[in-house]
Amino acid sequence: MSNRTVVVAGAGQAGSQAAASLRDEGFQGRIVLVGAERHAPYQRPPLSKGYLTGKVPPERLALRPPSFYDNIDVELRLGTPVTSIDVDARSVGLGSGDRLEYHDLVLALGARNRGLPIDGADLDGVLTLRSLADAEEVRRRLPAASSVVVIGGGFIGLEIAATAVGLGIATTVFEIAEQLMARVLSPGTASFLVEAHRRRGMRIDLGTSAATMTGTHGQVRAVWTLDGRSVPADLVLVGIGAVPNTEVAAEAGLLVDNGIVTDPHLRTSDPHVWAIGDCASFPCAYADGRQMRLESVQNAVAQARAVAAALAGRAEHFRAVPWFWSDQADLKIQIAGLPTGRDTVVMYGEAEQERFSAFCFAGDRLVGVESVNRPADHLAARRLLELGIPLRPVDLTRPGFDLRALASGRSAPVAPTS
Amino acid sequence: MPKVTFIRPNGETTVVDGADGTSIMQTAVSAGITEVVAECGGTLACATCHVYVHDGPIDALPEASGDEEEMLDFTACPREPTSRLSCQLPLSPQTDGLVVRVPPEQY
Ligand SMILES: Cc1cc2nc3c(=O)[nH]c(=O)nc-3n(C[C@H](O)[C@H](O)[C@H](O)COP(=O)(O)OP(=O)(O)OC[C@H]3O[C@@H](n4cnc5c(N)ncnc54)[C@H](O)[C@@H]3O)c2cc1C
Ligand code: FES
Repeated sequence: MSNRTVVVAGAGQAGSQAAASLRDEGFQGRIVLVGAERHAPYQRPPLSKGYLTGKVPPERLALRPPSFYDNIDVELRLGTPVTSIDVDARSVGLGSGDRLEYHDLVLALGARNRGLPIDGADLDGVLTLRSLADAEEVRRRLPAASSVVVIGGGFIGLEIAATAVGLGIATTVFEIAEQLMARVLSPGTASFLVEAHRRRGMRIDLGTSAATMTGTHGQVRAVWTLDGRSVPADLVLVGIGAVPNTEVAAEAGLLVDNGIVTDPHLRTSDPHVWAIGDCASFPCAYADGRQMRLESVQNAVAQARAVAAALAGRAEHFRAVPWFWSDQADLKIQIAGLPTGRDTVVMYGEAEQERFSAFCFAGDRLVGVESVNRPADHLAARRLLELGIPLRPVDLTRPGFDLRALASGRSAPVAPTS
Repeated sequence: MPKVTFIRPNGETTVVDGADGTSIMQTAVSAGITEVVAECGGTLACATCHVYVHDGPIDALPEASGDEEEMLDFTACPREPTSRLSCQLPLSPQTDGLVVRVPPEQY
């Protein structure tokens, strides 16, 4: 097996993990990690949080030290994208003109931010945030901004908005839906977040979005809403979601449908090509087996580990519990599981103290838990979901119910009732 | 530069020169000690930076916060009295000479 070559396309969270995990699995062949960006693999989460305030300095963004790839004998090809895949010849073409042959190809291409097709979107001061280069630009401009508008009330948008509010900048968020993150969050947690941010001075306008942006001398000055109001803005962040980077896969004839389509082993429609992370659409065990894409560090890392194991001959159906975190001001939001079939939500903890978890059920089955400033609840929830420890809505309301004891195995699944 | 000694799961020890104010987790990550996974990057969200504080000036470390204390119930390897989440342990001149043991599993 030592003469095999694995090419990993995309040197981000998933790609970097795949290379590292292949070596952990004992893979002895050649590993080439190809990345379009010129930076060695880095963490994106701090880009919308601590990096903007200087709390996380640039040198702390690296996922692994520079010497790491050399030490484990991974060839890094940075600053050059994979531009073509020939699945019959099993080779990829690079932007540099080089061609690499592979036995297995792992696509970890990530996603890019969706553009906002409205007038004024090309004005100076209208930015988006995905890469380190984007973040450098936001960080450079933020301190001088007097009025920030964030278009899109998703996690990244709210993180940036919370950072701007923390810097004392007048900040407005536009969310076109009537609820924040309606596809993900339960209504109660979503409205809690709106109120919590408003208490901290953020303006959140639900049910409206930007219609046009206007400026002077090419610099943005105002955002006009769909209902005809104008809000001054010298910095606009567009955060209306991401689209997976799938073009090079589609051109190669791989099945693509909102992501590079995989089977439960994360194998694409070609048996020697795999897809992981933000770009992959996989049958999700926590969504009744429906194909879906998840954009999270956990998903990128867990899928990378799963593919490395599969390439080492230990293929298993991918079924890691999805989880996610988002830090917004002093609110630590964590989600375990998915909202599949959610019909009942039980609050646990103290919403007034901004410390609670919302347990989401489909009937009597726990499907997801949203925690605010309750990191131990979150870990307990993951454990319950992973081990399938039963928990019903009524259990949570019993006096003396002890979540930590239940999840850490210190008490019987359901406390006896008298 | 405060030194930290990591006893790795395979028994190997690695001594790292840390920087004041950075955490033991960051020190491990930048030294390539990959058994400290730190999936959340040090935001107290994951408990994959578990270590056992083994020896040295243990009293120079801050006490665990309520959240850390509760999260330690959910580390992948068994919790021991010396268990800590290393992203919560800042280095300082007083911590020089600390020895931590890294557990074999973080997931
Ligand atoms: C600002 C921001 C904040 C976030 N915060 C959180 C958070 O708090 N918690 C959380 O769980 N998740 C967060 N995420 C999501 C998380 O960072 C992503 O889900 C994760 O990075 C996905 O890993 P990936 O490897 O699939 O993609 P990426 O890390 O995006 O890596 C993909 C890489 O592939 C490269 N690439 C693209 N096309 C090609 C090509 N043709 N050839 C070669 N290379 C190519 C890209 O340039 C990129 O470097 C955040 C994301 C962003 C942008
Ligand atoms: S790094 Fe995640 S809790 Fe320490």
